Amino acid sequence: MNRIDQAFQKDHKLLSIYFSAGHPHLEDTTRILELLQQSGVDMVEIGLPFSDPLADGPTIQDSSTRALENGMTTDKLLDQLKDIRQSIDLPLIIMGYFNPMLQYGVERFCKRCSEIGIDGLIIPDLPVDVYHENYQALFETYGLYNMFLITPQTSEARVRYIDEVSKGFIYMVSSASVTGAQSSFGDPQAAYFKRIASYDLQTPRIVGFGISNADTFQTATQQAQGAIIGSAFIKFLENEGVEKIPEFIQRIR
Amino acid sequence: MKYNVDERGYYGDFGGAYIPEMLYPNVAHLKEHYVQISQEASFQKEFKALLRDYVGRPTPLYFAERYSEKYGTKIYFKREDLCHTGAHKINNTIGQILLAKRLGKSRIIAETGAGQHGVATATVCALMGIQCIVYMGAIDIKRQAPNVARMKMLGAEVRPAQSGSKTLKDATNEAIRDWINNPEDTHYIIGSVVGPHPYPDMVARYQAIISEEIKSQLQEVEGRDYPDHVVACVGGGSNAAGTYYHYLDRPEVNIIAVEAAGKGIDSGESAATSALGKEGIIHGSKTLLMQTPDGQITEPYSISAGLDYPGVGPMHAHLFRSGRAEFISVTDDEAMTAGLELSQLEGIIPAIETAHAFAIFEQRKFGPEEVVVVNLSGRGDKDLNTYIDYFKL
Repeated sequence: MNRIDQAFQKDHKLLSIYFSAGHPHLEDTTRILELLQQSGVDMVEIGLPFSDPLADGPTIQDSSTRALENGMTTDKLLDQLKDIRQSIDLPLIIMGYFNPMLQYGVERFCKRCSEIGIDGLIIPDLPVDVYHENYQALFETYGLYNMFLITPQTSEARVRYIDEVSKGFIYMVSSASVTGAQSSFGDPQAAYFKRIASYDLQTPRIVGFGISNADTFQTATQQAQGAIIGSAFIKFLENEGVEKIPEFIQRIR
Repeated sequence: MKYNVDERGYYGDFGGAYIPEMLYPNVAHLKEHYVQISQEASFQKEFKALLRDYVGRPTPLYFAERYSEKYGTKIYFKREDLCHTGAHKINNTIGQILLAKRLGKSRIIAETGAGQHGVATATVCALMGIQCIVYMGAIDIKRQAPNVARMKMLGAEVRPAQSGSKTLKDATNEAIRDWINNPEDTHYIIGSVVGPHPYPDMVARYQAIISEEIKSQLQEVEGRDYPDHVVACVGGGSNAAGTYYHYLDRPEVNIIAVEAAGKGIDSGESAATSALGKEGIIHGSKTLLMQTPDGQITEPYSISAGLDYPGVGPMHAHLFRSGRAEFISVTDDEAMTAGLELSQLEGIIPAIETAHAFAIFEQRKFGPEEVVVVNLSGRGDKDLNTYIDYFKL
């Protein structure tokens, strides 16, 4: 069974963490993963940095740019993760834009991910229709899940289509925004979370964008099975350093 | 082979809509409505009236006698430099503002590099009384102060793009992020034939007025509606798309695309995407773009701010790969020399982008009976400082 599916069998709300690989320092990747595992997070999204991350707000733009300046590349990241399964049994997802994967060769990329023991991918600018038509078979050959985003503007028909194509989970973007945009959740979010919950989808849902602390984690997971924290975690890494990761996680839980 | 867009939004291998889900509803809505709205009689009536009375169309097709004599062939200039605001850019912004009104949008965003598209967008927003926000790279804001002032005078807000390389591609990223953050009331007026489908086709259709006019104007003076060659400079490629549009499927017309080689194709400072680009995805479109082997988008260089886009519209990528168009690249020096020559032979100071198109006559020979139409896409006022510095005027 895919580690992502296993995670959803836990009886608590899942906490998933995103960070940009290669930031704050090029060689931080494995140490960050070890500390996240020790702190008890349920899943990790490893960001493959891109020069033009157009769905991301200033924090992740900045961490991506700095990761690239530090020398992060697709090959470098896959090398860093080569033996990761000797120490980490968390579900691991690589999240990145499509162009670097396209240049690496989509099949070659999938193959390496599969060899390493990556469980799935999130590719914000690979639309579900294009995936369905051109890449789904390939991803399945290599046992990789591909997760899709939905937003408050996504129509019911499209949510159902995404549910059909999806494996693992659906990434529910909390509001119409780029990443890291807001600090609290109001009625519109609550209504949206409820509306999606009422569709009775087969795929579990995780909320992302704008989750930064225990409060927003709590609210976000009332109608979903988990939540993802990205920008707030990256800011913490910058200010407090990698070794303090357990403090950040304890504050959320 | 077909050279225009297909029903899936592709030009051969290129195009499509590689966009985050957050943009899907807006882009899908546009895709469903842009053709139908643009073809409505009321739209066409308003569009044509504004192009005539406000933009100053049709622009002349001018037989350049001294220029023709010098290069031993028959050369016509399509005078887009005479459009209101000084370039072809306004054809597209007029079309898109009329579309935005019909889509019920009350807020306009745009990206701009040199500021020409920003000015053209600010202009139509002033004309229609609609809020306008223009994203411009922080570095470009410093380089293009007069156009920033023009946009402000027209009532637009100019927001600096501080991310990445702080130039056109980053301004485009910022505009896309704004659209993600404002999905309900906002229309994004892209300035070139780039971005996710339907933008490349939509912008090409609004610019197609250029070749529509060339056809009837040539018919009058040459007794046939086509030239032997059409020539245009290509950055993103909007003036070129308009110039080629009605000739794409006319094999008797040779299409010439002129790219900016900057300091030379192999100098590391160039914007010649056909020579240096590889297939990839930029701003939601699969096309040729300049990038590292690792797929990171790189910063191009040209003396002309309007040509330093790291990608090229998918239509042009297809024209290149299929061999339908002849691609020629021209260096900074060649373009500047051509700009000076055009000024002194014909009394027309061209935009430096446009000057690239004219530089080809030094490297590409044409027969004495051949008819060549060059799109004179913009006037050079905005580039005076660059000309002054370069020629020590």
